[in-house]
Amino acid sequence: MSNIPDELRYATSHEWIRIEDDGNASVGISDHAQDALGDIVFVELPEPGTSVNAKDEVAVVESVKAASDIYSPVSGSIIAINETLLDAPETVNSSPYENGWFFKIKVSDAAELEELMDTEGYSEHCEEE
Amino acid sequence: MSVGQQTTLYQKHLDAGAKMVDFSGWDMPINYGSQIEEHNQVRLAAGVFDVSHMTVIDVGGDDAEKYLRYLLANDVAKLDQVGRALYSAMLNHDAGILDDLIVYRMSFGYRLVVNCATRGKDIRWMIQNTDGFRVSLEEKPRLAILAVHGPESIGKVCEVVADSQATQIRELKSFRGIEMDSWFVARTGYTGEKGLEFIFPAEEAPELWEKLLAVGVLPIGLGARDTLRLEAGMNLYGHEMDESISPLASNMDQTIAYEPTDREFIGRPALIAHKHLYESGEVPKLVGLVLEGRGVLRKGQKLVTDKGEGVITSGSFSPTLKHSIALARIPISSQSCEVDLRGKLTGVRIVKPNFVRFGKKVFE
Repeated sequence: MSNIPDELRYATSHEWIRIEDDGNASVGISDHAQDALGDIVFVELPEPGTSVNAKDEVAVVESVKAASDIYSPVSGSIIAINETLLDAPETVNSSPYENGWFFKIKVSDAAELEELMDTEGYSEHCEEE
Repeated sequence: MSVGQQTTLYQKHLDAGAKMVDFSGWDMPINYGSQIEEHNQVRLAAGVFDVSHMTVIDVGGDDAEKYLRYLLANDVAKLDQVGRALYSAMLNHDAGILDDLIVYRMSFGYRLVVNCATRGKDIRWMIQNTDGFRVSLEEKPRLAILAVHGPESIGKVCEVVADSQATQIRELKSFRGIEMDSWFVARTGYTGEKGLEFIFPAEEAPELWEKLLAVGVLPIGLGARDTLRLEAGMNLYGHEMDESISPLASNMDQTIAYEPTDREFIGRPALIAHKHLYESGEVPKLVGLVLEGRGVLRKGQKLVTDKGEGVITSGSFSPTLKHSIALARIPISSQSCEVDLRGKLTGVRIVKPNFVRFGKKVFE
């Protein structure tokens, strides 16, 4: 059973989002997603400053098994990226919810957060897949 | 959830934390956590693979040699001693590749190890071609196959078998095997490292598995088996080879015994025609590709060379080299090559299809 922390919200495409103390949000991929992908060997990240819409492709992860697009769970502008992933992509496998975050985003429409799943909803979603 | 066939090591795989996947109808371990760590374990130390899903077929009878000399593109007459092993393609009459296999000369005749995914068609083909030969074919589903590979593999094996067996195993040379009662142990494999394959009664497999794990040999999934064979430049059926592909376009010319010229084997006439086309540059060739930048080459990606188009047949990240490598089929005299990586044309280097042997990079 994969780890699905309560304080996060989840997209159907397996990204998580966390509202930080400063009101901005961090985005990464779930434990379930990293486990399904297997060893991650490359991560491509968006340019800071980019404006994105919810469900836009913003990043790519390549594992030994497959390449997978990462979608932004919400609209907003990218304010930071996790550059450690460029040299140490395996961090996504070892710490998907903490050190393995992908980017930080300034959320432009907080209502979009309501459309995402909570722990229970995401857990059911993973089981159905 | 549908349940596939299970080897006698199924519970051992679960105990070791395996992620099980369907593999041509068998529930097999793809990894036990990290494919890359398992890959490195084989390159640096020793690992054990359960490959009992593969099909063992014993061939006996007075005409066993004559039959296999007709059935296979390589020539079993080269096996001048019991225990010797040979890699061969099995071709159809158009010289398309039905399967690739290992054949061992045994005290009772010959033993073939063929791919699991092609089992049904291989057996049908083999039976269909027995006409006129006094030969017996026997599938051996009660045999397990364990592969133990890596620089420390033979030493580790010798720690867990009887002293008399250890002495014989240490003396084995590459592509040689030995029958020890109901066990057959051979210096063959699919990783580019030294190692052994055990073909033995399936009910004895859990005990050997436990003994190997107890001396520090780690279980390795089929995921790492694929990246190991790719680094070693070894073909995989359904990727580099299939019925529509000439062995000449699969880097297998060296495995075809054209001599003696009076040996008739299935596919020979068609192969001679391929050879003429190959020499005039009309058959593509299998090469290695290296991508030193970011990104991963994958099976099916399209290639553009200075001589035309090509395709990647197998691609992955190389854990040993820490960049992506691939096997690919391209026009024969191509000098430059670009790959369509997610819509972006990216230059890749063409090399010989052999990347890593005995833990070391081997291409220029």
